[in-house]
Amino acid sequence: MKKFGAITAVDGLDLEVPKGICLGLLGPNGAGKSTTMRLLTGQAHADEGSITVLGHELPDQGKEARAEMGVVPQLDNLDVDVAVEDNLAVFARLYRVKDVKAAVDRGLAMSRLEGRRRAPVDQLSGGMRRRLLLARGIIHDPPLLLLDEPTVGLDPQIRTELWSRIDSLRTRGTTILMSTHYIEEAERLADEVAVMAHGKIISRGKPADLVAQHAGRETAEVYAAPERLAEVRARAEAQGLRVRPAGPAVAIVGSEKATDGAVPPEAIRRAATLEDVFVLLTGEEAE
Amino acid sequence: MSREVANFRTFWKGTTFSSVLEPVVYLLAFGLGLGATVVDRVDGLSYVEYVGTGMVATAVIFSSALPAMFGTFVKERFQRTYDAILAAPVDVEELVTAEMLWIGLRAGFYGNFPLIVAMIFGLDPAPGMLLVPLFAFVTALGFAAFGIAVAASVSKMDQFNYVTTLFITPLFLVAGTFFPIDQLPQAVQIASQLNPLHHLVELVRGSAFGFEGTDLLRFAFLVVFAVTLWRVAVHQMEKRLID
Repeated sequence: MKKFGAITAVDGLDLEVPKGICLGLLGPNGAGKSTTMRLLTGQAHADEGSITVLGHELPDQGKEARAEMGVVPQLDNLDVDVAVEDNLAVFARLYRVKDVKAAVDRGLAMSRLEGRRRAPVDQLSGGMRRRLLLARGIIHDPPLLLLDEPTVGLDPQIRTELWSRIDSLRTRGTTILMSTHYIEEAERLADEVAVMAHGKIISRGKPADLVAQHAGRETAEVYAAPERLAEVRARAEAQGLRVRPAGPAVAIVGSEKATDGAVPPEAIRRAATLEDVFVLLTGEEAE
Repeated sequence: MSREVANFRTFWKGTTFSSVLEPVVYLLAFGLGLGATVVDRVDGLSYVEYVGTGMVATAVIFSSALPAMFGTFVKERFQRTYDAILAAPVDVEELVTAEMLWIGLRAGFYGNFPLIVAMIFGLDPAPGMLLVPLFAFVTALGFAAFGIAVAASVSKMDQFNYVTTLFITPLFLVAGTFFPIDQLPQAVQIASQLNPLHHLVELVRGSAFGFEGTDLLRFAFLVVFAVTLWRVAVHQMEKRLID
């Protein structure tokens, strides 16, 4: 448990990440994802409970744990005072990498910034900075990688590119704990998803299992004027179906179970998604 | 530890220019200006000799306390450099120590310039002066730690003004750099025994014109000052950086 004054950010969180998988920590803003990450790096100390990272007890063995994990933070904290390659070199030394030069070259190749070795960081585009941040996080080839909202605020195209990089790390066997509030990110990358809200894990499983368990097979979306939507919602709820807001529409989740009239003819039927699960469980609209 | 120093070395690009030039300007203005017109000799020394040896302390505090305050605050608050470093296998104590060592080395180097300039204007070199970098280094460690502790304690950069006005300026003015302290009221004289810069000034004068027995105590005071402020800085930074 972790409290900030009167606010309890992480509360009774019970989370185990099996080796070699990518676990997506999915939750709305303020769910406690970033606090969880900071607890794992020892940058926050839990008020109650215990944390073990790769066999190291936190916070006492925090340094040993951090030596074996890579961290890509949500907020860009590249060092703007030094050049691209120095950003990598400084961290290679902090992680006690034996061959610093080789590690830097690998990082530059991985982030496709070989041509920008000596460039100051603030001359890089947003996408380049993110690639560099990821390369810095894995400069020591860690068995465990923490990704805190790895693609927040990026263009869709850059996001896709980053996803393929993260995916290739996962394929190589790196254990990844990734926090995100993007459904698609969790769907694409995570072997397992843990839905987090108010500092707790409220559900966990493979994305497909979570969908089957919480949302069923099919969702029907109805786009109409507010009065009509209220009517549709009332009718579906009368049949015990779950209805959630979906932007300008309402979505009737588990619509395959509906009987006559609960799903109006103008509804668009589609396969249930993780987004349905997310909204039902957290009560918040997804991004 | 030394590895961290090597790393953090890259974090700073030299501000050598101002650090060297500033004491030179002071020295010329006070040493030559006042020396030629108002003051003849102080404690048996020419005014350039007097101020030139005293200005080492000025150079040290301005190249340690101020860069530590601003540098730490900017790196902590705006650049989040420390957040990045603490995600690596580094703890707050190592981080603070490395910052202090780096600033200490820098200030230990810059601190010699007033002496060199004073030599150009007639100060005779003495073997004891070889110890000046060491005196400057130890004092700078203390003031670097002071700056780090301040930066870790304030919530806004504006608050540095209070610190500068209340601490740094008085310490620098009443250190015996520009005028002898023994002409001041008794209370101020006693208080200045707690001023590390005063002890540094006396040590540097000792190195140029002959040490006294009490100089060993002065050096011990500087060491205690540095170690105490080091612990304070580590404590304040832990409070600031670890939730």
